[in-house]
Amino acid sequence: MKTNSLQYKLWMSGTGLFLCFFLVIHLLGNLQLFLPPDRAREQFNWYSHLLAGNIIIEIIAYVLYASIIGHTVYAIILTVKKSKANGTKYVYDKRGVSSVWYSRNMGLLGTIIFLFLIIHFKDFWYQYKFTNLPLDAKGNKDLYTIVEKAYQQLWYVLVYEVALIALGFHLLHGFFSAARTLGVFHPKYVRWVKVVGWVYTTVIILGFMAMPVYVYLNSL
Amino acid sequence: MRLKLKIWRQEAATQPGAMVDYMLDDVSEHMSFLEMIDLLNETLVGKGERVVEFDHDCREGICGQCGMMINGRAHGPLPNTTTCQLHMRSFKDGDTIYIEPFRAAAFPIVRDLKIDRSGFDRVIQAGGFISASTGQPPEANSILISHDVTEAAFDAAACIGCGACVATCKNSSAALFTSAKITHLALLPQGKLEAADRVVNMVDQMEAEGFGHCSNTEACEVECPQSISVLHIARMNFEYNKALVMKP
Amino acid sequence: MMLDAKIPAGDLADKWDKYKEHAKLVNPANRKKLDVIVVGTGLAGASCAASLAEQGYSVKSFCFQDSSRRAHSVAAQGGVNAAKNYKNDGDSVYRMFYDTIKGGDFRSREANVYRLAQCSAQLIDQAVAQGVPFAREYGGYLNNRSFGGVQVSRTFYARGQTGQQLLLGAYQALMRQESLGKVKTYTRHEMLELVVVDGKAKGIIARDLLTGQIERHAANAVVLATGGYGKVYYLSTLAMGCNSSAIWRAHKKGAFMSGVSWIQFHPTCLPQLGEHQSKLTLMSESLRNDGRIWVPKKASDEREPKDIPEEERDYYLERKYPAFGNLSPRDISSRAAKERIDAGCGVGAMKNAVCLDFSKAIKEQGKEKIKEKYSNLFTMYEKINGINAYEQPMLISPAAHFTMGGLWVDYQLMTTIPGLFALGEANFADHGANRLGANSLLQACVDGYFVAPYTIPNYLADELKAEKVTTDHPAFEEAEQVVKAQLDRFLQSKGTLSADYFHKTLGKLLYDKCGLSRSKESLTQAITDIKQLRESFKNDLKITGDGTVNSELEKAGRVTDYLELGELMCYDALTREESCGAHFREEYQTPDGEAVRNDQDFCFVSAWEWKGSGAEEELHKEPLVFENVELAVRSYK
Repeated sequence: MKTNSLQYKLWMSGTGLFLCFFLVIHLLGNLQLFLPPDRAREQFNWYSHLLAGNIIIEIIAYVLYASIIGHTVYAIILTVKKSKANGTKYVYDKRGVSSVWYSRNMGLLGTIIFLFLIIHFKDFWYQYKFTNLPLDAKGNKDLYTIVEKAYQQLWYVLVYEVALIALGFHLLHGFFSAARTLGVFHPKYVRWVKVVGWVYTTVIILGFMAMPVYVYLNSL
Repeated sequence: MRLKLKIWRQEAATQPGAMVDYMLDDVSEHMSFLEMIDLLNETLVGKGERVVEFDHDCREGICGQCGMMINGRAHGPLPNTTTCQLHMRSFKDGDTIYIEPFRAAAFPIVRDLKIDRSGFDRVIQAGGFISASTGQPPEANSILISHDVTEAAFDAAACIGCGACVATCKNSSAALFTSAKITHLALLPQGKLEAADRVVNMVDQMEAEGFGHCSNTEACEVECPQSISVLHIARMNFEYNKALVMKP
Repeated sequence: MMLDAKIPAGDLADKWDKYKEHAKLVNPANRKKLDVIVVGTGLAGASCAASLAEQGYSVKSFCFQDSSRRAHSVAAQGGVNAAKNYKNDGDSVYRMFYDTIKGGDFRSREANVYRLAQCSAQLIDQAVAQGVPFAREYGGYLNNRSFGGVQVSRTFYARGQTGQQLLLGAYQALMRQESLGKVKTYTRHEMLELVVVDGKAKGIIARDLLTGQIERHAANAVVLATGGYGKVYYLSTLAMGCNSSAIWRAHKKGAFMSGVSWIQFHPTCLPQLGEHQSKLTLMSESLRNDGRIWVPKKASDEREPKDIPEEERDYYLERKYPAFGNLSPRDISSRAAKERIDAGCGVGAMKNAVCLDFSKAIKEQGKEKIKEKYSNLFTMYEKINGINAYEQPMLISPAAHFTMGGLWVDYQLMTTIPGLFALGEANFADHGANRLGANSLLQACVDGYFVAPYTIPNYLADELKAEKVTTDHPAFEEAEQVVKAQLDRFLQSKGTLSADYFHKTLGKLLYDKCGLSRSKESLTQAITDIKQLRESFKNDLKITGDGTVNSELEKAGRVTDYLELGELMCYDALTREESCGAHFREEYQTPDGEAVRNDQDFCFVSAWEWKGSGAEEELHKEPLVFENVELAVRSYK
C-alpha cells in the first residue's frame, strides 16, 4: 500500500500513546520524591539504579527515544504537508470559533514540550548517564540531589510548570485524537475515551506539577 | 440596510487576487445572502463592470454548489447552514462583510469566488460506489437491513459535497467528505464486500489530490450543512487500519 | 407530418416485454465503436449514461454544474413510487397505471404509463443494490408511505432527501464507469447547439464554461436529459441554473415540443418576500397531512394571522373539497389558493400567501409529536423566514415546480429527430396534464435505467453500418458559427439592463397570464407582451465581462431561449380550449369553479414544430387512444 498522511498519523498516534504510557511509569517512579527527604533520596537513587541496569527497561528506553524522535519527525512532515495543502491563506480568518484552541495548536504545544525535553534531558538524563555523579550512602548515583538542587530555583520550577501545562493540553487533545486515528468510532466508547483522556491528563499533569512545587516548598 | 463588502476578486487561477471594497445599499433582511450578491451584481452590470462570479444552484441547501467564506467562516456565521440558506437578517446595518472563496490547494480558484472541486469527484471515482450494474438487481427485500443501520448509513450519505469541511479545516483535509462515503457504504451489507479496497483507494486518492491530514479538531462537523458526524472519520480510520492488517 | 408513437401492438401488459424481445442488439465487441452523448446528469442522464457505459458503449456525459452530483434531481424530497405491494394493501401495476393516468387527467399515453408502472418495482431493487438507504422497518424490511392522490402505500423514501439519495446512487454508478474509462464526463459544459446531419442527430456544440472554448462533440446518438423548464417563471422551486436551452435548441433543429403549457404549481412553497427574491423553496407536501390551510374571511385583513380568531378564518379547502380537504391534489390546491389570494384574502407582507396552520394538530397530538414528524421542515422554515411555525401559522403559496410538457418522444423516447432521445422531465411522455407526487423521480430513473438501455441500442444497431460523422463535417462548422455569432452579439450588447431583469419580467408576465389559470384574453396579451420584451432584449441587454468565465453570458443565452419558449407556452395554452390537469382555462369551468375537460376535441397531445424565427409554430396532434381505461371526470369533492 502507498504511504500517505493517514499512515503518518498512525505513527503519530502509536508513538504518542507509547509516550502516554511512559508518562505513567515515569510518574509512578517519581512519586517517590514525595517521601520524607532522607527516605526519598535513598529510594529514588535506588530506583534510578534499578532502571539503569535492567535490560527490559533498556529496551523500553530505546523505544522511548525512537518515539520522541518519530513523533517529532512525523509531526514536521505532516506540518509541511499541511501548509502545502492549505494553499493561499485567508485574508480574514475566523475559523477558530468552531474548534478548541489547543486542538488547533498541537504543533506549538509540541514545540514547547520539545524545548522543555531538551532542558529536562540535559539536566537529568545526561547528567545521570554520562557524568560521574557522587554516590549516596547505599552506593547508588545520587540523582536525588541533582533534582533537589534544580527544584530549589524558582525560575526552574516555573519553566517546569509552564511546560507541564503545555503538555497537559497536548495530552488532552493527543490522547483523544490518537484513539480516533486508531479507529475508535462507536459513540458508546468514544464517550469513554474522552472521559479516560480527561482523567489521565489531570492525574498525570497534576502529579508532575506537584513535584517541583513540593521540592521547592520543602526547601524554603 | 447599507453594507460594506470586501470581496475577493481574482481573474484566474494563475493570476493574483485581492480584496475589493463595495458599498451596497437597500439590502433587505429578507434577502438570502446570495440574493444580496445578485443585487450587487445587478448594480455592477448597471455600471458596466464585470460581475462577481460565484457558484450556486439549487438555493435550498441541498445541491452543495454554493460556498464561500463569510466573515472568516465557511458558509458564514450560522453553524450547519449553507451559504444559500443564510439570510441577511443575520447581519445588521453598517456591517462590513468579508467574502472569500473556499481555500485549499486542492480547490484551485477558477475566478473570484468560484472554485474547482473536481477533486471530490475523483475521490468518489476511486471507490465511492457499490459495483452494481443496472438491469437485474436482486429483489430489494432480499437484503434485510435493520432500521438503525439504515438510518446510520443515511446520516453519512446525506453529505452534499460542498467542501465546507475542507475550507474550514486548518489542514485542508477532506477526511469528513471521504469518510462519510466510506461509512455509508461500509455500513450496508451491499457495500461491505468492497470495503477494504474502497477505503484504501479513496484514502490514496484523497492524498493524491493534495488534501491535508485530519487532526481531529472537529471544526468540520460544526460547519457541515448536514451535520455529518466526525465519528465517520474514526470509522474511516478503522476501516483503513483493518485493511492495512487484513488485506492480502 | 404524421406522428407515429411506435407503440408495439398487443395487450397493454405485454407491449414492453414484446418490445424488449424484438429490439435490435449490438455485438459486445462493436459497442465501444458507438459513441453516445448524454446531456444532463440528473437521475435520467446519470442513470442512462452509466447504463449505456456498462453495456460497453462509449459515453460522453455533460453537465453545466461543477460536478455531476449537483443536478436538480438532488432536491426532490418526498419519495419515489413503486408498485411493490409490500403493504399488501391491494396495489398492483394496473392500479398504479390507473392512478397515474387519472392523476394526469387522461392526457398521457396508456402504453408509456403502463411501462412506467411495470418498471417501478425493479427501480427499487436497483437503488437498494446501489446502496440507497431507503427507510426500513425495525425488522429490516423496506418501509413506505402514502402520498397525495392515491389510496395505497407505494412511496419509498429516504427521509426528506429521497432525490438526493437516488441521485447519489446514479452519480456513483456514473463515477464508477468514469473510473473504468467508459464514460468521460464534461462538467461545467453547456450544450448550445444540436448538430444534425442528414436528418439525424450526430453531435452537439458545447461551451466550456471555464475557458469559454466552443467545442464540437460528435456521436452516434444524442440524449437530452436536461430536466424541466419551470425556471421560465424565474421564481420557481427549480435551481438557478435549470434551463431549457438544450431542448429548445433541439426544438429549433426540428424536434417537436409537446404539452408545453402543462406546468405544475406546487401548493406548499414559501412565498415571495421581496423584489429581489430568486427562489421559492418547496416545503414537503407531507405537511398537509397535519396542517390546515386557511385565509382570513375578510379581504385585506391587516391583522397578523395569529391574531385572527377562529371564526374569522376560512378553511377553504375543507369547505370546497370536503372529501379530500387539505389533501386535495396539487393542481386543485394551488388553484384554490390562487383564487383566494386574487380575491384579496392573501396574507403576509405581499398579501401573496395562505396560512398552513398546525395549532390544531399541536393541540391534539402534542408539540413533540409534530416535532418528531416535521422538525427538519420547521427548522428550514425558520432558517428562511425567521418565523417559528410552532407558534404561528406557516405562510405558503403555490410556485412553478414541474413541467409535464417537453420534447415530443415516441414509445422509445426518441424525438422527431432520429438519434435524438429525450429522457426524464425533458420529455413530455408520462404525466399527462398533471403529475402525481413521487412520480417524477420514478420517471427519470425508469427512463434512464430501464427504457433507454433497450431503445437506444435498438437505434444504434443500424448506426454501425452508417458512415461515421466526424467533427470536421460542415454541419459542425455551421452550428459552431451560429453559436459563436450569438455569443458575440451578447458580448457586444450596448444596452443597460441585465439578463436577470428580462428573466424576471418574463417570469412575472407568465405567472400573471399563463400561470395557474389562463384565459384567451390573458394569453393573447401575453404573446404580444413577450414579443415586445424580446425586442427590448435585443436592444437593451447589457452583458459585462469577457468570453471566458462569465455567468452573465450564460444567463443571456438561457433567457433568449425562455423568451421564445414562453411564447410557445402561451400558444399551446391558447389553442387548448379546455381545462385539464394543471392547465386551467377560465372560460372552461363549471359554475363552482371546477375544470371542464373536453375529450371530444382535445384528447390529443400537441406537438409543435418550429417554423423559423418570427414565424408561428405549426401545431401537430397525436391523438390519445384509451383502450384500457374509461375517461372519467376527476372529482375530489
